[in-house]
Amino acid sequence: MSGSMSVAGTVEAAAQVVLVAAGSPLLVGVMRQVKARLEGRAGAGVLQPWRDLRKLLRKEAITPDGTGPVFRAAPLVLTATALVAAGIVPIATTASPLDGAADLFAVTALLALGTVALALAALDTATAFGGMGASREMTVLALVEPTILMSVFALSVPAGSTNLGAIVNSTLHEPQRVASPVSLLAAVALAVVVIAEAGRIPVDNPATHLELTMIHEAMVLEYAGPDLALVEWASAMRLTVLLGLVANLFAPWGIASADTAAAALAALPLALAVFAVKVAVLGGALAAGEVFMAKLRMFRVPELLAGSFVMALLAVAASFFLA
Amino acid sequence: MTSVTGAALSASLGASLLAAVAGAALPRRVRPAGAGLCTAVAGAAAVVAGVAAMTGRSWSAWLPELLPLAGVRLAVDPLGGLFIAVTGAVAVCAAVYGVGYARPPRDGHGHGLDGRTVQAVLPLFVAAMLLVPAAASVSTFLVAWELMALASLLLVVAEHRHRASVGTAGLWYAVMTHLGLVAILAGLAGLAAAAHGESFDRLRAAAEGLSPAVRGAVFVATFAGFASKAGIIPLHVWLPRAHPEAPSHVSALMSAAMVNLGGYGIVRVGFDLLGGGPVWWWLLVLAAGAVSALYGILQAAVATDLKRLLAYSTCENMGLVLVGLGAGGLLLTAGARPPAALALTAALLHVVNHAAFKTLLFLAAGSVLRATGLRDLDALGGLRTRMPLTTAAFAVGALAASALPLGNGFVSEWLLLQSLIGSLGEGGTISAVTMPVAVAALALSAGLAVATFVKAFGTGFLARPRTPQAQAAAESPATMGVGMGVAAACCLALALVPAFTAPGLAGAVQVVLPGQDALTGQVTLRLAAASSTVSPLLIAVSVVGAVALLRIAMIRRARRRARLWDCGMGPLNARMEYTATSFAEPLQRVFDDVLAPETDLNVTPLAESAYLVESVTYRARVGDRIERRLYRPVVAAAAAVGEAARRLANGSVHRYLAYGFGTFTGVLILLAVTR
Amino acid sequence: MKDLLRKIRKTGRVAEDPPERPAGDVPDALGELGGSVQLRHVDAGSCNGCEVEIASAFGPVYDAERYGARLVASPRHADALLVTGPVTRNMEVALRRTYEAVPAPKVVVALGDCARDCGVFAGAYGVAGAVRDVVPVDVEVPGCPPEPEAIVAALRGLTGR
Repeated sequence: MSGSMSVAGTVEAAAQVVLVAAGSPLLVGVMRQVKARLEGRAGAGVLQPWRDLRKLLRKEAITPDGTGPVFRAAPLVLTATALVAAGIVPIATTASPLDGAADLFAVTALLALGTVALALAALDTATAFGGMGASREMTVLALVEPTILMSVFALSVPAGSTNLGAIVNSTLHEPQRVASPVSLLAAVALAVVVIAEAGRIPVDNPATHLELTMIHEAMVLEYAGPDLALVEWASAMRLTVLLGLVANLFAPWGIASADTAAAALAALPLALAVFAVKVAVLGGALAAGEVFMAKLRMFRVPELLAGSFVMALLAVAASFFLA
Repeated sequence: MTSVTGAALSASLGASLLAAVAGAALPRRVRPAGAGLCTAVAGAAAVVAGVAAMTGRSWSAWLPELLPLAGVRLAVDPLGGLFIAVTGAVAVCAAVYGVGYARPPRDGHGHGLDGRTVQAVLPLFVAAMLLVPAAASVSTFLVAWELMALASLLLVVAEHRHRASVGTAGLWYAVMTHLGLVAILAGLAGLAAAAHGESFDRLRAAAEGLSPAVRGAVFVATFAGFASKAGIIPLHVWLPRAHPEAPSHVSALMSAAMVNLGGYGIVRVGFDLLGGGPVWWWLLVLAAGAVSALYGILQAAVATDLKRLLAYSTCENMGLVLVGLGAGGLLLTAGARPPAALALTAALLHVVNHAAFKTLLFLAAGSVLRATGLRDLDALGGLRTRMPLTTAAFAVGALAASALPLGNGFVSEWLLLQSLIGSLGEGGTISAVTMPVAVAALALSAGLAVATFVKAFGTGFLARPRTPQAQAAAESPATMGVGMGVAAACCLALALVPAFTAPGLAGAVQVVLPGQDALTGQVTLRLAAASSTVSPLLIAVSVVGAVALLRIAMIRRARRRARLWDCGMGPLNARMEYTATSFAEPLQRVFDDVLAPETDLNVTPLAESAYLVESVTYRARVGDRIERRLYRPVVAAAAAVGEAARRLANGSVHRYLAYGFGTFTGVLILLAVTR
Repeated sequence: MKDLLRKIRKTGRVAEDPPERPAGDVPDALGELGGSVQLRHVDAGSCNGCEVEIASAFGPVYDAERYGARLVASPRHADALLVTGPVTRNMEVALRRTYEAVPAPKVVVALGDCARDCGVFAGAYGVAGAVRDVVPVDVEVPGCPPEPEAIVAALRGLTGR
C-alpha cells in the first residue's frame, strides 16, 4: 500500500467513525419513528435521541455509594470499543488502516469487551437488578458467540481470510456469491445474533420499564447524566456498526474501494451516503418487524440462538460441499 | 557440554537442590525466604536455559553413573526448551509469592506451609518438572515423571491436618497419576522394546519401521497417560479436587506448569518420536480436546469455589491446546505442512499464555484465601477496596482467561481459530466435517469463559462483602504482590507484543516440522498459512487512546456522590446481591441436560395445617457428572472386590501354607504340561 | 401477522393533531434540557385515577412522546418526577429518596388534586401531606383526575415544544 493510499485510508476511516458517531442516534430516531408511525402515533422526530443525549451531557453525573473505578470506567470502555469497531468495520472503505489490525473475530471480541465492562459495572453496584442484568447479558453473550464465529467461518471460506476488507472485496469481485445458499444461511444466522447483540426484540426490549423483564437496561439503572449519555450513545453505535456489518458483508455495493487515493477520496461522500441509506433501511425493517413481535421469555432465547447456530453450521458445511 | 543452555540448566537444577537443602535445614523463621529465593533463582536460570534452547542452542548430556543400569540421558531441544522456560517462569512467580504465602497471617494460625516437608519438596518438584522436558531416554523420562508426581502429591496433601477434603483429593490424585504412569510406562516400554533401545534418538530412528498396530498401541497408551496429567476429560477427575486443595502457589505450579507437560508428552511422543500417525490418532486428540474444553468451561461456569473454577478452566485450556495439536496432526497427515505448523504454533502459544494467566489467577486466589480463609465466591465480594493489588492482578488474569482483546488469551485463541478455519479445505472430507464442529466447540467455550470470568471477578472482587471474613480482608504481604506482579507483567507483554515469542515458538515447532515459519510480523501478526492479520498492540492502543480522549472530554462534568438507588426503601444489604450461584443460574438452566444439577426441596408444613408452611429448605449442587457416572461404579466395584478378597486372608497360617503349596503344585503341573 | 398489517393500514394515524402550545415559560431549571424531558412516575398514594390518565396521555391519541417527554424506569435517568396522590406515611421517605436520586437539574410535577393539596384524603390518618410538603414542587396540574390534555399541556410546558 502506497503512502498516499494509507493517508486516504486514514481519512476514510476517520470519516466513517464520524459518520457512525453522529449518525447512530439518528438511526435510533428513525427506528423509533418507524415504530411510532406503525403504532398510529406521531412520534418524537428523528432528532429526539440527539436531544436526549445533549440534555444528558448537560446534567450532573452520579457516583453511587460503594461503587468504584470499574463503575466509572465502564461507559468509557463501552464507548471506546464501539468507536474503535466503527473505525475497523468496512463502512465506507475497505482500506482502513485498522483493517489489518483486527478481523471479524477481533471486532466481535472488541464489542464483547464493551459488554463485559458494562456487566462488571452492573455487578459493582451490588444491586439485585444490576446482578440480574449482568447475569442475563453474559448468558446471551455466551450463546451468541458460537453463531457469530460460525457465520464468520462461512463467510471467510470464499474470501480465504477473516479480515473484513478482504471479505467485502471478494464479494465485490464476485457478486453472484451473495445469492448462494452459504451466504443466505449465514445472513439469516448473523441477523439473529445481531438482534441479540444489539438487545432488540425478541431477545430484549430496549423500551421496557419493568426491571424483571430487562436484560441490557437492568445493567444501566444506576447511570445518570453524562455516564448515561455515553452508554446510550455507545448502544446506538453498536447497533449501527452491527447493522452496517450485515449490510456490507452481504451487499457491499457503494463502498469506496478504488485503486488510487484520489479516486477513493472522491468516492467517499457517495459511499457514506449509500451506507447511511442501507443502515436506515435495515434499521427501519428491524423496527417494523418489532411491531409484529413480542419479547421472548428469557429461557426461550437459547432456542432461538440454537436455531441460528444450526443455520450457521449448515452455512459452513455448504461452503465446503458446494465449493 | 559447555553451552549456555547446559550451564543454565545445571545451575537451575543445582539451585533447586540448594533450595531443597535450605528448606530442610534452615530454621523456621528464615526457611521460606531462603528456600523461596533459591527456587526463584532456579526458575530464572531455567528460563535462561529454555530461551537459549529455543533460539537454537540445543544441548545434550549423557551421565551413565547417575542412575544404575540405564544412566541419565538429557537433551534440551527448542521444544523442550519452551516447556523448561515456561516452567521456570512459573517457578519464579510461585517461589517469590511462596515466601509471603508460607508466613502465617498475623491473627490466624499457620497452615504448616513453612514446615520442612513443603519447603524442601517444592524445589524438588520444580527440578523434576524441569527434568521431564530435558529427558532424552525412556528411563530418564519416567524417573523424572514419577519424581514430579510424587513431589506434587506430597505438596497437595500439605494441608491435610487442616481439612479432611485434602486427604480425599490426595488419594484421587495418587491413584490417577499412577494409573497414568502405568499407561505411559507401558507405552514407552513397548516402544523401547520394539526399537531395541531406549534413547529418544534410537526410538525416533526406529519408529518408522514399526508396525501400525504397535505404533497405535504406543500412542494410545501414552496419550491416555499424558491426557490424564493434562486434565483431559474424562481422565480429569483428580484435577478439580487436587488443585483447589493444594496450597495456592503449588496449585499455580501444577496448573500452569505441570499439566503442560501432558501436552509436551503428546507432542514429543506423537509428533517427534513416532513422527506423526494416521488420522484416527489425531481425531482422538481433537475430540478429547474439544470435549474437555466444553465440559471444563461449563463446570467452571457453574462452580462457586474460586479455585475449583480455576481448576476446571485449566481443563478447558488444556482442551484447547489439544484441539490445536489434534488439528496439527490431522493437517500433517494430510500433507498440509504450513497450516499444520500454524496449528502447532497456536497450541504452543496457548500453553505459554495459559501458564501466564493461570499462574496469576491462582496466586491471586491464594492471596484471597490467605486474607479471608474463603474460596467460596458466594461468601466473598468487596475485595476491591480491601485488596486493591490482588484485585488488579485477578482482573488482568481474568481478562486474559476470557480471551478478549487486551488480554493475552485472545491472541492464541485467535491463532487457533485461524488454523482451524484455514484447514477446512486442506484435509479433505474429514477435516470438512471436524473443523466446523471444532470451531463451534471453541466458540462456545470462549463465550462461556467470558461469562465464567465475569462471574469470578464481578461477584468475588467487586460489589460488597457478603461475609465478615471478606469484610475484614487486608492486602497480602509484598512478596506475594511481587509474585503476582511478575506474572501480570508477563501477561501484559504476551498480550501486547506476542510477536516476541514467535522465534522461540518457530524453533519449537521446527523440531517437529522443519522449515516452517508460521508466524511473522512485529506489530501485526501475519500468518504463513492464511491471509488474516491481527495486531493486538494497535487494538490496545486504539482502545486505550479512545478511553483517554473520552475521559478528557468528560472530566469537567459535574459529579456527585449519592445513595445507591434502592427503590426508595432500603438500605440494600449484601444478602440482596446477586451471588455467583445466582449469576450462573441461567447458564445452569440452559445446560441442565449436561450438568444434571441435583436439587433438594424440602417443605415442612405446620402441624396444624398442610397448607401453612413452617420452613422451606432448598439445596442445589452441581456435581461432576462424569465422575459420578464413570468413576463411582468402578470405585464401588473395586471396593466390593476388596471386601470379597478379605475372606482369602483370614490370618490362619495353615491356609497361607496351603496357598503356597497349591500355587507351587499348579506351576509344576503347568510346566509338566507345557514342556 | 397479516391481520395486524391490515389493521395497521386501516387504522392509520391515531394521534390527534397537536393543539397550540400552551402559553407560559419553561421553568428555569429545565431551560437547558432542550426539548427532552424524561419522567419518573412516583405513585405516592394515588387512587390510580391519575395513572389511568397518564397512560392515556402517553397513548397513541395524545402521544405525549411527540413533544419529547418519555417515561423511564429509574430516577437516575429522569429529569422530572411525576408524583400522583397524597403522600402517604409509607411513601414519604421513598419520595424524598427518589427526589435525591434524580440528577440535577430536576423538577417535580404534582399531578392531580391529591398531589396538590391531598384532595379528599386531606387529614386522613395515613397521609403525611401534599407533595409540596415533602419535596419542592415546580409544576402543578389540577384535576381529579386531570384530563390527558391537561397532562400533555403541562409536559409541553416542561419540554418547550
